[in-house]
Amino acid sequence: DPGRRMRAASSLLLSPRGTRPGHMTRHQRPCHPLWTSVAFVRHLQRTDSFSSPLSPKLDMSEMVPPEVRPKPAVPAKPAHVVPSSAHTPHGPGAGGPGSGGSTLLGYIGIDTIIEQMRKKTMKTGFDFNIMVVGHSGLGKSTLVNTLFKSQVSRKSAGWSRDEKIPKTVEIKSVSHVIEEGGVKMKLTIIDTPGFGDQINNNNCWEPIEKYINEQYEKFLKEEVNIARKKRIPDTRVHCCLYFISPTGHSLRQLDIEFMKHLSRVVNLIPVIAKSDTLTPDEKTDFKQRVRKELEICGIEFYPQKEFDEDTEDKSDNDKIREAMPFAVVGSDKEYQVNSKRVLGRKSPWGVVEVENPNHCEFSLLRDFLIRSHLQDLKEVTHNIHYETYRAKRLNDNGGLHPISTGVGDTQESNL
Amino acid sequence: APQSLDKEYVGFATLPNQVHRKSVKKGFDFTLLVAGESGLGKSTLVNSLFLTDLHKDRKLLNAEERINQTVEITKHTVDIEEKGVKLKLTIVDTPGFGDAVNNTECWKPITDYIDQQFEQYFRDESGLNRKNIQDNRVHCCLYFIPPFGHGLRPVDVQFMKALMEKVNVVPLISKADCLTPGEMKKMKDRVREETDKYGLKVYQFPDCDSDEDEEFKQQDRELKESTPFAVIGSNTVVEARGQRVRGRLYPWGIVEVENPSHCDFVKLRNMLIRTHMHDLKDITCDVHYENYRAQCIQQMTSKLTQDNRVESPIPILPLSTPDVETEKLIKMKDEELRRMQEMLQKMQQQMHEQDL
Repeated sequence: DPGRRMRAASSLLLSPRGTRPGHMTRHQRPCHPLWTSVAFVRHLQRTDSFSSPLSPKLDMSEMVPPEVRPKPAVPAKPAHVVPSSAHTPHGPGAGGPGSGGSTLLGYIGIDTIIEQMRKKTMKTGFDFNIMVVGHSGLGKSTLVNTLFKSQVSRKSAGWSRDEKIPKTVEIKSVSHVIEEGGVKMKLTIIDTPGFGDQINNNNCWEPIEKYINEQYEKFLKEEVNIARKKRIPDTRVHCCLYFISPTGHSLRQLDIEFMKHLSRVVNLIPVIAKSDTLTPDEKTDFKQRVRKELEICGIEFYPQKEFDEDTEDKSDNDKIREAMPFAVVGSDKEYQVNSKRVLGRKSPWGVVEVENPNHCEFSLLRDFLIRSHLQDLKEVTHNIHYETYRAKRLNDNGGLHPISTGVGDTQESNL
Repeated sequence: APQSLDKEYVGFATLPNQVHRKSVKKGFDFTLLVAGESGLGKSTLVNSLFLTDLHKDRKLLNAEERINQTVEITKHTVDIEEKGVKLKLTIVDTPGFGDAVNNTECWKPITDYIDQQFEQYFRDESGLNRKNIQDNRVHCCLYFIPPFGHGLRPVDVQFMKALMEKVNVVPLISKADCLTPGEMKKMKDRVREETDKYGLKVYQFPDCDSDEDEEFKQQDRELKESTPFAVIGSNTVVEARGQRVRGRLYPWGIVEVENPSHCDFVKLRNMLIRTHMHDLKDITCDVHYENYRAQCIQQMTSKLTQDNRVESPIPILPLSTPDVETEKLIKMKDEELRRMQEMLQKMQQQMHEQDL
């Protein structure tokens, strides 16, 4: 039934490149097969085109020639899944006359797509790669353990705490599969020991930038393959937590240099480490100064302003941006406070409670990172950072040649 | 019997009192160098130690302004008086130390400064009017180690190596309220371990004499075992346990600067000011300065034997920061002088020949 054809955004759609030398805008992004759940539904809500006469029947394994997608309007999110009057549905079953709003006359069951996608995600699980960068001793491993409530850092994975500071920045990653509510997540923590610890730290961000680009390259090579895997293993860095030393003055030279370079290739989230060393006033002053400096230096940390999709997004993200960088404290020890067991740090003058919003902003960071923006981090990485890398590579090399799997096939890709 | 005591009493036991009175009249001076990265609470600690506000109008540079900043040496002098005793305190600050991306040899301006003060004193000592020599030599260097690491970092080790032969280095763990007691103990152990490992000679408290009382010896032992001192400073006064004390107010509690169970500030203050100030000065004069002087003289004598020239008794030592322009000028003038001397010689010869 042609009317019921849904545009399966689940294959790799390619939009024309070269529209902007810099980042791709979100609206022109293709969708990746894996994370269609939220993105897909949102897409549905906006465009409501249940099928388009332009695109043939698509399924997950086919490649589609480049197609110009109309830039959808950016309305506020509708409360229900009710087709807006912006685009008229083409197929039958929409009911009512062609132009103008159309209300559904009966229950179709489209909204169960969310449940279907959820089930699928639960079965396949998903990957999340997070990188931590900062001087040694800023509590990176502890914070990561606290965030994911398990011993996931490199140090806990049995790697002995290296006594020596490495001479160059090393990249070490550790993966764990953690499960919650039936959802499996393969979490990879990428550590960067040696960053900022030497006397001469010139260009110490280069190994990190190189690593991030290498992951993009790996993914690109897989994508461009003629016979490629159904699910490309995703080792790209979805999020980079940068730990700022709580001096109380302002950002250090190295902080600015690092963030300038890396905010262009990865989602950068600065946090103020070991913030229990700042009194509330000092904290506020420090955060203000840091934010101002980031603005002056043109460093766009995540969530980046230019990628806000609609006004609701913008207002949510604005609130978050105002509160960043989050001043955090990590701990894996529990103490008894007022007959409750809390995660914290105990000193002769009191207990710093990690999850108490009056003490530090750990819970804000956790909610932001995991509970609300986890999927978005992955999307921005794929749709923007990765695409920027890809576009650059294609423009530089004048086209990429597919890696044939030994069959001797020299068919040029459609790129 | 008191009479016999009188007969045998000469009276020079009052010497210390006489010295005391003279010193009180003259006043003391003390130069303290503070070094460490910015944001470790150096200025706050100095204010807390001497109960002054030395940096009232300090403007913190933002990151853009600091991009091309090099290590500076700034001096603040303040005259403090307590119970009739005057102290001329000089605090030498080192803004910019360790803040750049590339901190290679960032301690060089500091070692140069210390050497300059030694040289100045050396020249003054060898001069003609020695009555009013100003002693600007650095008596003590407080080095601030960040509490965020796991012990000494490469820059800490290099700094202390460069300075340990020139000045009394007292390493401190700054912002001590960042660490729990367990973490602090680990940190101190590591710092002590690494100090030994790298052969860093930090200021050692002199052993107390065997005839001191037990309580004093106990205190001394405790003092030595709690090095490096973990300190906290504060410019604000808060209300704690019904008293007004210097401290830091957190949502989870109040850290008191002068509470020995919170940090070692009191120990540091006692050591620095109340018990060992004079010892620090003595070691500076007797050890560090003498080392410098011996080195200098050795260099001069080796130069003498090399050059076969008669050097003036007052050594003209090279400036630590030679100005390229003036060097060129000096070379030019030297050349001119030589040429003129040659001409003079020629003229003298001619005259001599004419006379003959």
